[in-house]
Amino acid sequence: MRLMTTKSIRLFLVVLAISAAPALVSAQQMESHIGKWTGHADAGKQLYFRYCWGCHGFRGDGNGENAPYLNILPRNFVAATFKCRSTPTGTLPTDQDLFNAIERGFNNSNMPSWITLTDQNRADLIAFVKTLSPRWKNDKPGEPITVPPEPKLTIESIKHGHELFEKLECWKCHGQEGYGDGPSAATLTDSNDQPIRPYNFAAGSRFKCGATNQDLYKIFITGLDGTPMPSFADVIKAEEAWDLVHFLRTLQVTRKSPELTLWESTKEGAEQVASKKIYGTPTGSGIKQ
Amino acid sequence: MRMKQAYLAGLTMLVASVIATYAAPGGGTISGKVTYEGTPAKPKPIDMSKEPSCAKQHATPVMTETVVTGPNNSLENVVVYVSAGAPDENAPSQPVRFDQKGCQYIPHVLAFQVNQTLEIANDDQTSHNIHPLPKINREWNKSQPPGTPPMTDKYDKPEFIPVKCNIHPWMHGNFAVLKNSHYAVTQGEGSFTLANLPPGKYTITAWHESYGDQTQDVTISGSEAKTVNFVFKAKPY
Repeated sequence: MRLMTTKSIRLFLVVLAISAAPALVSAQQMESHIGKWTGHADAGKQLYFRYCWGCHGFRGDGNGENAPYLNILPRNFVAATFKCRSTPTGTLPTDQDLFNAIERGFNNSNMPSWITLTDQNRADLIAFVKTLSPRWKNDKPGEPITVPPEPKLTIESIKHGHELFEKLECWKCHGQEGYGDGPSAATLTDSNDQPIRPYNFAAGSRFKCGATNQDLYKIFITGLDGTPMPSFADVIKAEEAWDLVHFLRTLQVTRKSPELTLWESTKEGAEQVASKKIYGTPTGSGIKQ
Repeated sequence: MRMKQAYLAGLTMLVASVIATYAAPGGGTISGKVTYEGTPAKPKPIDMSKEPSCAKQHATPVMTETVVTGPNNSLENVVVYVSAGAPDENAPSQPVRFDQKGCQYIPHVLAFQVNQTLEIANDDQTSHNIHPLPKINREWNKSQPPGTPPMTDKYDKPEFIPVKCNIHPWMHGNFAVLKNSHYAVTQGEGSFTLANLPPGKYTITAWHESYGDQTQDVTISGSEAKTVNFVFKAKPY
């Protein structure tokens, strides 16, 4: 009898060892790491089915019950193409990028800021969201881009930024004055063939991927995957990129910034800013054809 | 871990044997024509007036290329390829080139192999953004202003990928990423030739961006030449 027990314990241990090996691997894949926080998919799953599935769907494919009523459809976590990343275009975002997205919410969309959740909650959610797509098993997140320190703000950098805005043809979509009414604006669609609007700088809201100069820098270097906004990483030098940031801030005429203040201190800048009409993002016939 | 090693070793052996069997030169040939029946949609002229630098390159308006037909009901831009029966191959070292010229993609349908280098060039005096829309491979979107050197990329999984430029909404193209070198894209006469096929049973697939795909099974023995024709049903819309 005693022999039998030892034998069965041994057998049990062997079975345990065999079954635990893949479990350990998948447990690692089902974790997220953000600073000191480690998120767990099983905890995230509970949260997902409380807060997220109404829009993002129970499969995570963005086809939740509320999705048909939303303009700017909920993210499809199965496709795993993400707008706001610190990583190059065509790569997966970092855990931190996703963490920031849940915390920040998405401006001009129905995704709110989930600041009511704890950091641990958000970390758990990310661990779960990463189980929804096979991409997280096969690919690694991209290497985050390097954002060099911001150089001193000068009139010259604003003016040079304007030249870049012309040269890189940002105005084709965003419009000469940043109203989001460029010649290509009316026909833009996202990767799901849904109409999408270019950002209207004059409306002065936060950007989709954050509110700081660093965020703005990252947006045009990495591009917003899944949208018409391309990556400019290969076509703009790091020092020039900051000039473009400085110029873009002067287009946000309803938002006080050091860039706008400096620009308004020049005669040319003051006239330009004063002449601007402020209105919301144009729709329908408001878009210049 | 041990299982992974065993798997890798097995995979290496498989790849090695595949290369060995494939090395045999010569073999059979499959050729044929791709045609349509019915009435295809008429190509429409593209209005490029919003992009004067491109519009002035064309004496007559450029026509849409979603369906391009030739004489005797022949169908152009059809990718004919061996979809089953031939081993996967390593990519050739020479790159393929995809040009943006006069706000058009040249060629409209570009076929190449998994992991083959793809060069994308902008010959225009305007910025393009190259935005391929894969579902299986990774999606990226890059700006290419005039005068920038060609960009390069690779796809590591087979897939038919639509390509577009968001700035110029009429620009549409296609990448056909294929597993082996037995493919052809039909031109004016709608004809294709797949050469150097070792004896065996093959599935030949013909893919058209508007009319979908068709397959036929063909068995090759020795160095025989077989004819396979495809007929697509054209829709007038």
